[in-house]
Amino acid sequence: MIPEKLKAEVKGLNFYYNNLQALKDIHLPIANKLITALIGPSGCGKTTYLRCFNRMHDLYPNNRYEGEIILYPERINIIDPRIDPIEVRMRISMVFQKPNPFPKTVFENVAYGLRVRGEHKKWLLDEKVESALKQAALWDEVKDRIDDLAFNLSGGQQQRLCIARALATTPEILLFDEPTSALDPTATSKIEELILQLKKEVTIIIVTHNMQQAARVSDYTAFMYLGEIIEFDKTDKVFTRPSQKLTEEYITGRFG
Amino acid sequence: MKRTITTKIKERGIEGLLLLSALSSVMITLSIVVILFYEALGFFQDISIWEFLTGRQWTPLFAQPKFGILPLVTGTLLVTGIAVIVALPMGLIVAVYLSEYAPFRIKEVAKPILELLAAVPTVVYGYFALLFLTPILQKVITNLSGFNALSPGIIMGIMIIPYVSSVSEDAMKAVPMHIREGSYAMGATKFQTAFKVVIPAAFSGIAAAFIVGISRAIGETMVVAIAAGMMPNLTFNPIEPIQTLTAYIVGVSLGDVPHGTIEYKTIFAAGITLFLMTLLLNILGFWFRKKIREVY
Amino acid sequence: MQVTAQPEILEMRKRISSNKLRDHIFWIIGLFSTFIGFCLLFTLMIDLFIDGFPRLSWHFFTSYPSRFPEQAGILSAGVGTILVMMVTAATAVPLGIAAGIYLEEYGKKNWLTHLIEINMNNLAGVPSIIYGLLALGLFVYFLKLGESILTGGLTLGLLILPMVVIATRESIRAIPNSIREASYALGASKWQTIKDHIIPYSSGGILTGMIIGLSRAIGETAPIITVGALTFIAFLPSSPVTSGFPFLSFKWLLDPFTVMPIQMFNWISRPQAAFHLNAAAAGIVLLVMTLVMNGFAIYIRYRFRKRIKW
Repeated sequence: MIPEKLKAEVKGLNFYYNNLQALKDIHLPIANKLITALIGPSGCGKTTYLRCFNRMHDLYPNNRYEGEIILYPERINIIDPRIDPIEVRMRISMVFQKPNPFPKTVFENVAYGLRVRGEHKKWLLDEKVESALKQAALWDEVKDRIDDLAFNLSGGQQQRLCIARALATTPEILLFDEPTSALDPTATSKIEELILQLKKEVTIIIVTHNMQQAARVSDYTAFMYLGEIIEFDKTDKVFTRPSQKLTEEYITGRFG
Repeated sequence: MKRTITTKIKERGIEGLLLLSALSSVMITLSIVVILFYEALGFFQDISIWEFLTGRQWTPLFAQPKFGILPLVTGTLLVTGIAVIVALPMGLIVAVYLSEYAPFRIKEVAKPILELLAAVPTVVYGYFALLFLTPILQKVITNLSGFNALSPGIIMGIMIIPYVSSVSEDAMKAVPMHIREGSYAMGATKFQTAFKVVIPAAFSGIAAAFIVGISRAIGETMVVAIAAGMMPNLTFNPIEPIQTLTAYIVGVSLGDVPHGTIEYKTIFAAGITLFLMTLLLNILGFWFRKKIREVY
Repeated sequence: MQVTAQPEILEMRKRISSNKLRDHIFWIIGLFSTFIGFCLLFTLMIDLFIDGFPRLSWHFFTSYPSRFPEQAGILSAGVGTILVMMVTAATAVPLGIAAGIYLEEYGKKNWLTHLIEINMNNLAGVPSIIYGLLALGLFVYFLKLGESILTGGLTLGLLILPMVVIATRESIRAIPNSIREASYALGASKWQTIKDHIIPYSSGGILTGMIIGLSRAIGETAPIITVGALTFIAFLPSSPVTSGFPFLSFKWLLDPFTVMPIQMFNWISRPQAAFHLNAAAAGIVLLVMTLVMNGFAIYIRYRFRKRIKW
C-alpha cells in the first residue's frame, strides 16, 4: 500500500490561513518517479496542500505551517522556516491552473529559470531549452517560432510551454495545480499524455478536480475532504474498491 | 400623459447641456490650435521659416533683430535632459519599490508625500533652485554661473518624480499576480521578478509614464524663468545661463505687449514650437504604445 | 540526520546568496529613493521658513507692494488670488462635473465620445503656458475681456478642467451598477437616478478633485503672467459688495489684478537680497495654503473611502 521508494514524505502537516485551519494533520508519502494525484471537492484544501511544497504561502502574510515535509534522500524538512524558500523553489517546480507564460519570447520563457540560476552561456541555454521543449512535446510546434512572443501560442501550447519552463531546471518534484481545467479536451488529453511520459524522469504530484483524469494518469491517489486526508492508496484500488464510505460517495458523484 | 412629455423634454434638455459641457474639451483643443496657428501665421508672414528654424541667434527685440529659434529649443532640451536624467530612473525605482516591496504602512505614508511633492507651486521650486541649490552647487562647481541650466534641471527632475512614479506604479499594479507567481515559483527573488517579469509586462504603461515626465519637463516655465536666466544661449553646457521657450514667453509677457507688434507675434511663434514639440512627443508615445500591445 | 549536500546544491546556494544580495541592495535603494523627495521638501520648507518667517506679520498681510522691501506686503496679491479663484471655481466645477457625468452616464461607445475623451486626456498634458497664450488671443483680444480677473479666472478654470473631469469620472465609476439598477427598477428616470444617487455618492471624490485642482490653480504663475497680470499693483480691485442697490457688483471682474505667485516671482527677480526675504515669506504663505488644501483633500478622500464601502 505504501510505495517502496519515496521522494518525499508529509508528516503531521497542519496549515493555517490567519487562524483558520485549512489542513489537518496530513500524513502522505510521495512515491519517487511516480505520479501521486490528489482529488477532492472544491475548497477541500488540495491547492493549499500543493502550495506548501514550494513554499508559495510564504509570499503572503499571516500563513503558518506546522509539521514536516521531508525531502529524500537528504531528509530535510522543506517547510522548516530555517530552510530558504527560494532554494526549495529551485528544486521543486510548479505548473499553474491558468497558463501564465511571461510576456517574453518562447525561448526566453523556458530559459528564465536557468537565467535565475546564473546560467548565461548561449550554447548551454540553447541546448537546455530545446531539450525541455522536446520533453514537453512542444518542440516541433515552436521550433520555427522560438523567438515569437509566447502570447501568440494557443492555450494548450502555452500550458505546455509552462511545463517546459518548469522542466528546464531539472526539478526533483513537479507540481501540477489543476493543469488542464482551463483547456479544451484536445489540449487536455495531450497534456495528460505528456504527464504520463514525464514520470519516468521526475516525481509528480497532481491536484485535480477531474476524477477521471486522476484515474487515467496517476499511480497513487489521495482523497481529501475539508482539509483532511480521507484515503490514500494505489489508484486502481481507490477507484474500484475504496475503503472509506466518503471516498465511495465522492467517486460515485454523490457530492462535490 | 402631459407630464410624461414635459419630463421627456426635460431629460433630453439635460442630456444636451451635459453633452455641451463634455464637448468643451474638444472646443478648447480647437481654440488652442486655431489661435496658435493664426497668430503664428502672422509671424511667419514677416519672418522666413528657414531663418526661424536654422538661425542661431534669438534677439527679436534688438535693433537688428534675429529670429532663429534654436537657442530657445536647445535651452529647453538641455534643462529637460537634466530633469529627465534625474526623474526617470528615480521615478521607476520608486515605483518598483512601492509596487513590489513596500509594506502597506510605508505605502500609506509615502504616497501622500509624493502627492505633496507634486503639489508645491513651481515658483517655490524656482526660489529653491535659485537661492538654495545654485549657491550650494557653486561651492562644488566653482565656475557655475548664477543663472544656469543645472540647478533648475535638477529641481525639475525632483518635481517630476511623482508623475513618473505614480503612472509607472499604476501600470505595474495592473500586472496580474499569477504572472509574478510564475516567476517566484522558479526561485526568483523580488528583484529578479520585478525587473525581468513585471517591468516588461508593464512596459507600455511605463513608457507612458516616461512620456508624461518628459512632457512635463518641456512645458515647465517658472523654475527655469527664475533660475536659468533670461538670455537665449545656444549651448549644451549646463553651467551656463540659458533661456527656454517657456521662459521667453513669460519674459516678454512681463512687459507691455500690444496686439500685433513683433514681440506679440514672437511669443506665439515660440508657443507653437512648444506645442508641436509636446504634440510630437504624445504621438510618439501613442504610436509606441500601439506597437507594444500587452495581451492580458 | 542530514546527509551532506551534493555539489550542485552548494553551487545553487551560492547563486541564491548572490541573487538575494542584489535583492537586498535594491530594497535599500528603493526605500531611500522614495523618501529622498520628502527630505528635499523638508529642507526646502526649513530654508523658506528661516528666510521668510521674520517677514510674516500683520503688516505684511495688509500692505501693498512697495519700493522698500520692509514695507512691501501681499494685500493686493492675496485679494487678487481669492477673487481669481472664485472665477476659476465657478468655471471649472460646473463644467467639469457636467462633462464627467455626461461621459460616464450618457456616453455611448461612439466616435464622438472617443473624441471627447482623447481631447480631455490630451489637455491634461498641455503645458500651462499654452493656456496662457490661448487666453491672450481668445479672451484678452478676441473677446475683448482685457487683462482682467475674469480672464485670469477663465484661463485657470480651463487649465484645471481636465482634473475635475477625471476626478468626477473616477468617483462615478466606483459606484456599482447594482445601485443604478435598483433606482431604475423603482421607476426613477435617468436624471433622477443621477441627481439622487450618482451625484451624492460620488461627491467625496468630486470634492477631492476640486480642491486639488484649485490648489494647483493657486500656484499657477505662467499663464497669468501671459494674460497680463501686472506685477506692481498698489490698489485693490473694485469690491464685489456695494453700499447701494443691488449690493452686488461685477465690476471687479474686469479690473486689473495680481496674484500671490506673481508677487513672489516679482520679489525673487529683484537684485536686492532684502526682497528675497519677502519672496520667502510669500512662499511660506503659498506653501501653507497648498499643503493645507492638499492635506484636506487627502483627508476627505480617506474619510469618504472609509464611510462608503461598496
